[in-house]
Amino acid sequence: MNELQKKVVRVLQHGISAVEQPFLVAADLIGISEDELLRQLHSMKAKGVMRRFGAILRHQKAGFSANAMAVWNVPDEKIEEFAGLVMKFQNVSHCYERPRLDDFPYSIYTMIHGRSREEVIDTATKIANEVGLTEFELLHTTAEYKKSSPVFFEEGGECNEEGRQR
Amino acid sequence: MPTGTAKVPDLTVWDCLGILSHPQSLLAILYAGAKLAGTLWGAWMDDLDKKLLNMLQTDFPLVSRPYRLIAEKLGIPESSVLSRVQQLMKDGVIRKISPVFDARCLGYATTLVAMRVPETRLDEVAGLVNSYPQVTHNYGREHKYNLWFTLVCRDSHEIERLLQDIRERTGVSEIHSLPAKRVFKIRVRFEFR
Repeated sequence: MNELQKKVVRVLQHGISAVEQPFLVAADLIGISEDELLRQLHSMKAKGVMRRFGAILRHQKAGFSANAMAVWNVPDEKIEEFAGLVMKFQNVSHCYERPRLDDFPYSIYTMIHGRSREEVIDTATKIANEVGLTEFELLHTTAEYKKSSPVFFEEGGECNEEGRQR
Repeated sequence: MPTGTAKVPDLTVWDCLGILSHPQSLLAILYAGAKLAGTLWGAWMDDLDKKLLNMLQTDFPLVSRPYRLIAEKLGIPESSVLSRVQQLMKDGVIRKISPVFDARCLGYATTLVAMRVPETRLDEVAGLVNSYPQVTHNYGREHKYNLWFTLVCRDSHEIERLLQDIRERTGVSEIHSLPAKRVFKIRVRFEFR
């Protein structure tokens, strides 16, 4: 990460506005041309530094009010196959492999979303049936204490707390 | 109230008074309220808003006039797209339009932490965990491990220091860091129908 890239991250992470030329506004803040900023963004996207660019929604406000973390005890040699299957489900947003604990022997962590608790349970059941896996647990979310975006390359690394209280 | 909402047990007058001294409980109630409002709002959005949200979430055009390009695809004027996006931001449906960076690619260390907190202390401990700026997400979940939070730190030493600090300040010993070994999918996009 060179200084210019850090500056791009620092400014863009707070979001662009809904004006005709939003990248021009951001480029002015960074002190580069609009073209140069767009070039930087395309390059970050190509390198995977930027996973995506787009609108970040508040799920609850968008009607997806229920979610659960579903954890699966997938044998190590089947993890890739399982991930391939689970990723096809629209309502699954995350799929990570994490270390197992003695009293929590799960290797795959997914997030399942739905309009209701029942829809979340349905999706998990469908996945379990499709892959023939019985060892899983659903950890329904009961409270959202914090949801913020990390703030990179700024003094103190302050988080930008959002949502929840509105 | 929809099922699976925040933990709000049967309230007595004493609980209500207690809430005043426990801001986290109050937040849990606000959360439940926001969820209910969200459910109603989701039912109320019109088709064009839904189409727009679907487009804005992925492949936002990285061009000089991105909203004009979206407007052309929707067959409406650029000014209509701008005013709708402004309204969706104002209503809080859109949190922001921004890049999502891969924290690890930027040189940061990340992890998911599982914590087993006595139920009666959940709100208090959650509040303490929230106070660290490195904590980006923090959720209460139905399980023996009932508090789950994510950390974005400068390096792995900072993660260790922070978890040790939480152990000491809360007296909760069961805290496990579960850093991702592999990431298969992150797609926080929701299709509106």
